[in-house]
Amino acid sequence: MVLAEHLGNQVSEATYELMGKARELATALGGLTEVLLLGPSELAAQLSGADIVVSVQDAVLDEYLPEAYERVLSQVLAARSPRLLLMSHATIGLDLGAALSVRWDAPLASYVSALEIEAGLVTATAQILGGKVLADVELPGERAIVTVSGGAFTAAAVQPSGMPEVVSFEPTGLDSLRMSLRRVVEADAGDVDISSAETLVSVGRGIESQDNLEIVLDLAEALGVPLSASRPVVDAGWLPKTRQVGQSGVKVKPRAYLAFGISGAPEHLEGMRDAELIIACNTDPGAPIFSVAHYGTTADLFDLVPELVDKVTR
Amino acid sequence: MRIVVPMKAVPDLVEEIDLTADETGIDPEYLKFVLNEWDAQALEEALLIKDGSGAEVIAVGVSSDTDIDQILYTAIAKGADAAVKLVDSRLAGEPPTAGPRVAERAALVASYLSEVPADLVITGVQASDDPDGQLPSALAALLDLPHASVVVSVEIDGGSVVVRQEFAGGRSHELEVQLPAVIGVQSARQPPRYAPITRIRQAMQAGGLTEMAMSPAPVLSRLGVRRMHKPESTGHAEMLTGNVGEVADQIVALLRSRGLLKG
Repeated sequence: MVLAEHLGNQVSEATYELMGKARELATALGGLTEVLLLGPSELAAQLSGADIVVSVQDAVLDEYLPEAYERVLSQVLAARSPRLLLMSHATIGLDLGAALSVRWDAPLASYVSALEIEAGLVTATAQILGGKVLADVELPGERAIVTVSGGAFTAAAVQPSGMPEVVSFEPTGLDSLRMSLRRVVEADAGDVDISSAETLVSVGRGIESQDNLEIVLDLAEALGVPLSASRPVVDAGWLPKTRQVGQSGVKVKPRAYLAFGISGAPEHLEGMRDAELIIACNTDPGAPIFSVAHYGTTADLFDLVPELVDKVTR
Repeated sequence: MRIVVPMKAVPDLVEEIDLTADETGIDPEYLKFVLNEWDAQALEEALLIKDGSGAEVIAVGVSSDTDIDQILYTAIAKGADAAVKLVDSRLAGEPPTAGPRVAERAALVASYLSEVPADLVITGVQASDDPDGQLPSALAALLDLPHASVVVSVEIDGGSVVVRQEFAGGRSHELEVQLPAVIGVQSARQPPRYAPITRIRQAMQAGGLTEMAMSPAPVLSRLGVRRMHKPESTGHAEMLTGNVGEVADQIVALLRSRGLLKG
């Protein structure tokens, strides 16, 4: 079973990736692919890659609300007993995975980049320590929950042949929630749009302090391009959220991406791996960023960046 | 207002990570352990609430975590009112990094919170070394409390908290959540404050760290780790050679050849 994610009447790309994997696993196990759709039931028309769409309609489910989703999911899982629940490892998966693991009494594998079946046993590869280590884990038993990293699987081909079977589910307990949605805040559009830049100078944890940002800002200015960053720099409050490249930030596809002091956590790679030219500078030769970069150097950014500024402005 | 901040020690990502000989865990021998970065954000958010409207902030750690004393004393030096170290006798003989996984850790902290209830639990959205999920919602489910994670601000409003839950691309939801509740923090409203070493030493001398023996219901974590390994890179960057000046020349040439340099 796949939990469908949707925003503005559009099913997310991640949902189709999960459906593609679910189809492959269901075929291997001789089962069916189900998608759980909370909220607008008309979106079932976009889910033709599934055998069955379990549709739960209630006004409180139109936007994601943790407690409402958790109650419905607990009830649906108990009623339909899927072998696996797949969710994307973004806000909803991070928020609900462990809670459902407790409530449904099922093991959870988190931040998963690979999912296979070997002789009936489900195995998953979880990314830990910022992608520096992979843990192959076994998910024995009758049920399990997996939250999957975006881009890990190929999206399911949408089958034009007809609608899946739609099954309605009536949940209980949605009138006694202990939380409510006050308002939806759209992304702040005031700053530079890094997704439209031809070249990006991007900086990560290796910059060490806010004061040191001056060094890379000089290079961005010399090149006349915006400065972007990986998550730790934004979480530290050194740059605004609009500058964050990655799964939880902005996905970018510039003609050139210059990464300084970025190790390349999966969350970051997901947001920039499609850049035409990636040049990475990191003192750790084993940094995962080098697996997606076209050119790399282990030079110290504090030596290299001033050299670059000098040569670019000369 | 009593705010509990559960904390975890994790390997410092700046260090080279070694695996154990049987490849089922991380070798702690040469590793430095630091506070999980999201827990540092959670502590900051709790201290901001304390600064703003007043609250008692308690940092909570688990005894089997490496260097947890130092981490808890640092929390006190930053402004936490007290720290508690939970001791589970069953973990006594375990090697330090084998520290409990999320299910066991959640059971331990939930057992503490059942004995000493909190109005609000704020912790990191995740820990970098968890293959099996995230503490905040596991804890909330065990205690049957409302929860929200991936939160970037927490403010008290009477008997509720108003939190901002963030989604990809910067969109967010403002939620009103009844207390008691569990909140998983992605980032605090401002960068975590710094505690000078002298104040950490003072906190250590003053004590303020309480140990509590716990015996939570046993948890059967069914996630079997078969093997841990380093990622095999499918492709690899062509490494530029030479001294810094030569490397810079090659980068400039690459940009110029693609028409990305003016002049």
